[in-house]
Amino acid sequence: MNGKTGVEIHLDNVSKRYSGQKTAAVDEVTMTIPAGETVVFVGPSGCGKTTTMKMINRLIEPSGGRITIGGEDALKLDPDQLRRRIGYAIQQAGLFPHMTVGQNVGVVPGLVGWDKNKIADRVEEMLDLVGLEPSEFRDRYPRQLSGGQQQRVGVARALAADPPVLLMDEPFGAVDPITRGNLQDQLLRLQSELGKTIVFVTHDFDEAVKLGDRIAVLGDRSKILQYDTPDAILANPADDTVAGFVGAGASLKQLTLLRVRDVEHGDVPTATVDDSPEQLRERVGKGSGLLLDARRRPLRWVSARDLGPGKSLRTAGRPVEDSVSEASTLQDALEAILTDDDGQAVVVGTRGEYVGVVDIDTVMTTIRQLREEARA
Amino acid sequence: MTAPTAERGSRRAERIRLYAQPLIVLGIVGVVLAWAFSSDLDDIEKRSINASTILSLTWQHVEITAVVTALVLVVAVPLGVVLTRRWAKPLAPLVLGIANIGQAAPAVGLLVLFFLATGWTGFWVVVLPTALYALLPVLRNTMVGLQQVDPSLVEAGRGIGMSGFSVLRRIEFPLAVPFVLAGLRTALVLAVGVATLAMLVDGGGLGVMIDTGYKLRRTSVLVVGAVLAVALALLVDWLGALAEQLLGPRGLR
Repeated sequence: MNGKTGVEIHLDNVSKRYSGQKTAAVDEVTMTIPAGETVVFVGPSGCGKTTTMKMINRLIEPSGGRITIGGEDALKLDPDQLRRRIGYAIQQAGLFPHMTVGQNVGVVPGLVGWDKNKIADRVEEMLDLVGLEPSEFRDRYPRQLSGGQQQRVGVARALAADPPVLLMDEPFGAVDPITRGNLQDQLLRLQSELGKTIVFVTHDFDEAVKLGDRIAVLGDRSKILQYDTPDAILANPADDTVAGFVGAGASLKQLTLLRVRDVEHGDVPTATVDDSPEQLRERVGKGSGLLLDARRRPLRWVSARDLGPGKSLRTAGRPVEDSVSEASTLQDALEAILTDDDGQAVVVGTRGEYVGVVDIDTVMTTIRQLREEARA
Repeated sequence: MTAPTAERGSRRAERIRLYAQPLIVLGIVGVVLAWAFSSDLDDIEKRSINASTILSLTWQHVEITAVVTALVLVVAVPLGVVLTRRWAKPLAPLVLGIANIGQAAPAVGLLVLFFLATGWTGFWVVVLPTALYALLPVLRNTMVGLQQVDPSLVEAGRGIGMSGFSVLRRIEFPLAVPFVLAGLRTALVLAVGVATLAMLVDGGGLGVMIDTGYKLRRTSVLVVGAVLAVALALLVDWLGALAEQLLGPRGLR
């Protein structure tokens, strides 16, 4: 399962008009959804984002325009055949209550004509993939599952026939925030393995930032207000509507997109417990430095004051309360900076060894740079 | 808290009924028959109260009920399915109206009018009007059953690539089955009741015993006929309940 299995989707002047209504529900949308990427449609309710998505699998027939999926004209295919090649997951999972979990997951492979053994194997594989023990869940009915488990089965069902494209219509809208977070993490993990082309509809901008490789912010009649990476939208919203949708705290949200490894680390004087206080005092000067243990893991912050004559390095200074790793988000780093008395977050490597520090100036410089890049 | 408890209680009551109902019915029938056969019967009574007459009248009654039920199923279920399709929606009120008239009119009147209109007598003159009379519960329940299916399930089915027909066959209809069966149970009981009027148009059935007993003032004949008709209705109702238990979709309880 390596490499990208997704295909490109292209919408070309796609519109939807309902008879008897003056304005179009979706008005001439043109966009390209790159193969293997997750594109999130986000916008206020009633803006036509779900309608736009449903035109891709023709649950709603476009009244104008062209849609190609992997280069094929979707409007020329038989709709049922088309949909069997597009995974579809919806809010509250839409599981068939009179079928077992296994039967639900096996529906699409059955429709495309797989034999029974292959379907049974696939059901097992899919339940495994979404983190449900097959022997325990296969023969249960949807009613016997929690909301989060149902949603996992919904995703398993959507992926069962290995479609290159996955459409998800607010799939995590009806579960509690903690479960939603877990489901989102799992989708990210799945996607990094599977590389499908995912179109994801939500009204939750934070969810869009977390899941999307790209976000399409849609306005009335599905007009694309901005279509860009989460980074770029956060740093530089195209207009006031987008800015309003991004909401307060755009800079903070942006910090969740950056990792500590992406920014430059500062350095502070260090000494290990085996060194003498004099050596460290020399390095520290009038500032402060870090005391490391024998394996170079940070122990305590020490300042010149702590290193007076007769003081031992074994007790001097104050302990390092919190450290961040290279993989932590800049938001985590900021949190550590704010709680630290000296305004510095210690960065440690995979084995806990000292790597460097990040301070408030670094964070601010990074944000400023991002904004300038986005404007350029 | 009260709702689930009440639900569980009613489910238990349903289960007790499932075992008790046939036993009680058979017990009463046994007692009544034993009483009738052991009492001093005159010639007129003997002509009605003998094994072969009782059996053949009961069998006629069962036959009428069975054919009415089959007819109702064959007509009402497909009709209910068709009337809930989007393209046939405008027709629904019309058909429901006709079925409503069928049920609102008294069964005797329907039977006799049909007899007058056709000039026929016998089996089919009983069966056809009775079927019209019993059509409504099944038709209406089929429609309600299909309409109560969550539209998002239908859309989910279409969305993952099922054809319209396979959504009907694999999702909508199985989920409507409990409603259809409940309607059928009502229709069955109606059919048993109306079939007692079959004697009016020379259709046989247990109504013959009731009629004979009443007209010739033979209480034993009247009682046997009436008890057997009631027992048959209760048994048929029990069969309906059994069908609901066995044929309803799993996973919904």
